[in-house]
Amino acid sequence: MIKVFIYRHTAAVRVFHWVNFVTLSIMLMSGLQIFNAHPALYWGATSRFSQPILSMGAMQDDQGHTWGVTTVGSHSFVTTGVLGWSKGSEGSYTERGFPTWATLPGPQWLAMGRAWHFFFAWILVINGLLYVILGLLSGHIRRDLWLTRPDWRGLGRSFIEHARLRFPKGDEARHYNGIQKLAYLFVIFIVGPVIVLTGLTMSPTIDAGWPWLLWIFDGRQSARTLHFICATTFFGFFIVHIVMVILSGVWNNLRSMITGRYAIEAAPAGGGGSAHD
Amino acid sequence: MTEIISVRRRRLILGLGAGAGTLLLGGCDRLSNLPQTQSVLGSAQWLTRAAQRVVVARDALAPEYTRADIAPVFRPNGTLNPDNPQYRALAKQGFKDWRLKVDGLVESPKEFSLDDLRSMPAQTQITRHDCVEGWSCIGQWTGPMLRNVLARVLPKPQARYVMFFCADPMDDGNYYYESIDMRTAAHPQTLLAYELNGETLPIKYGAPLRLRLGRQLGYKMAKYVMHIQLVASYRPFGQGQGGYWEDQGYAWYAGI
Repeated sequence: MIKVFIYRHTAAVRVFHWVNFVTLSIMLMSGLQIFNAHPALYWGATSRFSQPILSMGAMQDDQGHTWGVTTVGSHSFVTTGVLGWSKGSEGSYTERGFPTWATLPGPQWLAMGRAWHFFFAWILVINGLLYVILGLLSGHIRRDLWLTRPDWRGLGRSFIEHARLRFPKGDEARHYNGIQKLAYLFVIFIVGPVIVLTGLTMSPTIDAGWPWLLWIFDGRQSARTLHFICATTFFGFFIVHIVMVILSGVWNNLRSMITGRYAIEAAPAGGGGSAHD
Repeated sequence: MTEIISVRRRRLILGLGAGAGTLLLGGCDRLSNLPQTQSVLGSAQWLTRAAQRVVVARDALAPEYTRADIAPVFRPNGTLNPDNPQYRALAKQGFKDWRLKVDGLVESPKEFSLDDLRSMPAQTQITRHDCVEGWSCIGQWTGPMLRNVLARVLPKPQARYVMFFCADPMDDGNYYYESIDMRTAAHPQTLLAYELNGETLPIKYGAPLRLRLGRQLGYKMAKYVMHIQLVASYRPFGQGQGGYWEDQGYAWYAGI
């Protein structure tokens, strides 16, 4: 086996990736700040305050202890210290949805959370659109992300290999596998557009111009809930992505996303042996 | 040799990563406190407004709902009863001595009593109220269109904004106030509402008169309106940002 470097990520993809990383982090944390202004989610056009789908808050028991409580549907969970009741920026406990370390800004400050969110929303959308347009024109999406017939056929095996934390090596590592491709296509073409459209549905001006958005998402409060679910999905994707990057070779992956160069183990020329048996 | 370079590179990457992390977690909070950051981030609202003006027609209507959609309890917000002796005295008399002053850059300033406003053609609409906090409530609002009231005082061409001065004193020492542009003032769903759900507007919702906008957030819809003034700029008022919440850092453009 010899180590060979392949040129994995073009400069454009690397720039899009890191802009996206910073932007999504800011969007997520400022989004949680905005959520904290009214830490409850509903379904439909309006807020039926007595029937939230999800809510976070503080409750006091008979002994005078305060608990953080998160309610999902009809189930309540004690989430003291993290959700509903956590240490504020001055060190004392306060009632708040997500804790200070998860929000931007840290302290309760809706106006500034909105300022971050609506500035970086533009960068997120512009970066995302440029990525998709260039990705389609250059063939990147069709060549590197679109699933081939063998990808579809190997999906089950690829899933099992991932679950067992065995990663493709050698020639198989030259391309994304089926599971990877599906994950990227899912966030780029489903979660991304839905998070933008549900965000727009929360704008009362957009609702006047594009009332069909309310129809698609079943009302403004449903759109807010779906926006939150998409954000959670993005966060889940992010966590899985980080774990996979670490497990499949953190330096190799980081190098490839910074310089473009990705190392794979290859059999000496003419060997053609399978590295994956 | 390559090993040394690779170790250096790893350190560099680690350093960059740690730096980015610190910037994201701690730095953004420090950045949030800088007036420059606030002004740069806040300026995106003008891009948002310009974009929304492109995709949403001038008179596009906010969706209207049915009686069945009206919230059983409409959530009151902001001031619930102005701590203002003059206002309380007017309220005691059922606002019969209350007058809405409309002046500024107009040809003929006027004062309107509640009866004057009630005798004008009224609009009734069941619309959604979206609070900046994130919740929504549906209510039925009745009152004259603002543009019909303004037509009575004949705005001058220099008038660019409509200021609303209110009866509720706020914690920053000013009274609540707001401003909208002439385009919003001319929108058919911009009302001066004196009724909610078919009843005289209760005090906690802004009696005797509040502003209703179809396409912006709740904080723009001034309650307890006492005085309307047409101006060329909102800068001379309050802290110069166009309204009480704008002075606390909220965007002037509340269409999103």
